[in-house]
This record gives sequence, structure tokens and C-alpha cells, in this order.
Amino acid sequence: MIWWIIKRDLLLAMRRRSDVLTTLFFFVIVVSLFPLGVGPEASILRIMASGVVWVAALLASMLSLGRMFSSDYADGTLEQMLLSPVSLSALVMGKAISHWLVTGVPLVLMAPVLGIQYDLPVEALIVLTLSLLLGTPVLSLIGAIGAALTLGLRGGGVLVSILVLPLYIPVLIFGTGAVEASTAGMGFGAHFSILGAFLLVSIVFSPWATAASLRISMG
Amino acid sequence: MLTARNLECIRGEHRLFSNLSFSVNPGELMFVGGPNGSGKTSLLRLLCGLSLPDDGEIYWNGTDIRKLGVDYRDVMTYLGHLGGIKDDLTAIENLRISCALAGCEIDEDQAADALGQIGLAGREMLPARVLSQGQRRRVALARLLVTRTKLWILDEPLTALDVAAVELIKGILEHNLAKGGMVIMTTHQELVMSTVTVHHLVLS
Repeated sequence: MIWWIIKRDLLLAMRRRSDVLTTLFFFVIVVSLFPLGVGPEASILRIMASGVVWVAALLASMLSLGRMFSSDYADGTLEQMLLSPVSLSALVMGKAISHWLVTGVPLVLMAPVLGIQYDLPVEALIVLTLSLLLGTPVLSLIGAIGAALTLGLRGGGVLVSILVLPLYIPVLIFGTGAVEASTAGMGFGAHFSILGAFLLVSIVFSPWATAASLRISMG
Repeated sequence: MLTARNLECIRGEHRLFSNLSFSVNPGELMFVGGPNGSGKTSLLRLLCGLSLPDDGEIYWNGTDIRKLGVDYRDVMTYLGHLGGIKDDLTAIENLRISCALAGCEIDEDQAADALGQIGLAGREMLPARVLSQGQRRRVALARLLVTRTKLWILDEPLTALDVAAVELIKGILEHNLAKGGMVIMTTHQELVMSTVTVHHLVLS
């Protein structure tokens, strides 16, 4: 059943490529503007690289949250999901996975290329990419809760950022921390463990919380 | 059997209905009528469990539908006036996905067959965006041909349909009722059903 949802959302994303590209272009542009604005001082760029890439990834992921449930809400599919004999949490998990595949994975794949602009050493580039690989699914899962809670509200976009950003901050801290630790020559295993823990916790709790929020929003 | 007891629904300051009781037995059809804004859609949403009544209970075969949960959703089909049709998907994809969501997966041939029966032969591969309002409605209604649920709750299923399609839908409803199914629907059109027991519920 999850497959149906993922397949459908990917199909919809393929038919509306502009939505996917908006997120990716936003990410690429924000990350590329910093070296131009700050100047070509390699030592400064190396220090800020992980922070800039992570903040841009976070904002790019948030940019697309509004669309996560709104189109299904507008055309009545969400009603059918709520009335489906399949568990709503499973459907929500499918939605979060497809959101990550559409918005998270392209960011992860672009990150090493963009990191080169910041003169990051190869090891730091790998750590940055891996930290995004662990962290971006958490962003999609947490974001799903916010998107579900603000469904159908006017000005929901602002509200969703206020709700979701505080929950994103730990991911940001440990994601950038991993890269900084690696450039400083220290171990980054602990950061990855914590990011992994965030991921596991959000896999367990987010579908359940999102399903509950959807029931409230639709009730 | 679906039984509603003393249902009350309040929207804001406004009481849409209260003390509403009725029951629908297998093989029976209930029309819900009333002017715009009288609470027809709200009633249907209560009956399918999308929202909770402010007072009263709804029972399916003697058990509260809130306790039944999945077991109730397994035997019930709700078609809202929105239809759940995606503009960017073809008719066949729309039908297969809405069926999968409803828990009965069908393959491409079954979907094409159902769309053919409902009068969309040759248009299966068109994106819903280019279909007319009535054709989109037909795509949504095609699900009734493949579903195996007993209780159908339909919100304005006949809107935008032409005379031939209304006859077609009438046949589908009669078929379900003959099998011992139940139908609750709102409509502004008069639908003459001779062979089955018909209840009329008018909200005011």
C-alpha cells in the first residue's frame, strides 16, 4: 500500500517537474550565492560551508512542505485516505518517503558538488553528504506533522515554519557538527549516531503524530 | 444495518439538525434532501466517520462505528463531491489508485473494463485535466463498479452527469441494492427507483 502512495506521488512529481526543480534551484542558488557575497577567502568559506549547506537544505525542505498534503486536501483524496481501510499512519509514511525522494534526495546528491565551491576537503564532502542523507528524511518526517496541523489554514505557510523550525534545530546542530568535527580532525561517529537516533525516533513517532493531526484538521 | 440515533450537528452558532434518527436496512436506499446549507454533506460526513456528531451515535449492525474503525471502513464506500481525481493522472491511473486506497487493488484490464462500462472507452489514457466535468465524475463513479463494499454513501453523485449516465448509475445502484447493499445519497435530481425500498430524509 505504501508503494501505491510512493508510486503515485513520484508519478505526480514527474508530471509536474517545476515543483521539484523549484526546491532544488532554491538550494543551489542559496548555497552558490554565499561564496560570491562573502568573497573568495578559502579559510572562511571552509568554516561556514557546512552551516550554509545545511541551512539551505533545511529551508528548501520547508519550502515544499505546504504542498505535501494541500493538493490531496483540495481534490478530496485526503478524505479517501482517512476512510481507507489501510492504516493512515502507513499512508502518511508513504507520503513522507515520497516527499524525501522528491525534495531530499536531490539535495543530498547536489551537496558534494556545491561543497567544492567552499574548498572542502574530500573527507568533509563525504561527511557532509552522509549527514544530509541521515538528516533530510528527519526533516521530511517532522515537516509532515507541521504540514498536517496547518492543513486548510490561511497563512499556513508562516505557521508551519514557526511550528517546525524549532524541531529542525537539533538536526541542524548535529548535521553541521559532524562536518566541523571531521574538518577539525576529530571523530564524527557520535554526531552520526545522534542523527541516526533522530531518524529512528521520527520514523516511529512522526507517522502516528501526522495521522492524528490529519484527523484533527479534517474533523 | 446502519442506525443513527439522536444525531446533532452544530456548525459555529448554527444548529444544522438535532434529534435525527433513522435506520437503513440491507437492500434499502435513502435519499437525503433539503435546501443548500441544510447539512446534507455534514450528515454524510458524520455517517462515514470523517467527523464526529455533537450528540448522538451511529451504529453499524449494532456496534458504534467509532469502535468498529477499520472494520467499518472495510464495508463502506464514500464518494464526496470532490471525487479525489488528480488532474495530472490518466483516468486509468486515477481509478486504480482510488481503488487501491479503498483496499481493493485492481489491474490495468479491470480498470479499463470498468471505465468502458461507465462510458469512457477510448479515454482511459487521457489525463483527467482534459476530461469534462461529467467525465471526471464518471471516473470517480467507476469505483462503484469494482468495489465490493456493502454501504455506499454518495454525496451528489449525479451532478454534471447526462441523462444516459444517470440511467447507468441508477442501474449500478440497483445492482448493489439487489445484492443486499445499502445506499445513502444526496441529490437534487429525482431518481425513480421502482423495485427497491426508498426512504426520503428531508433536512430543513
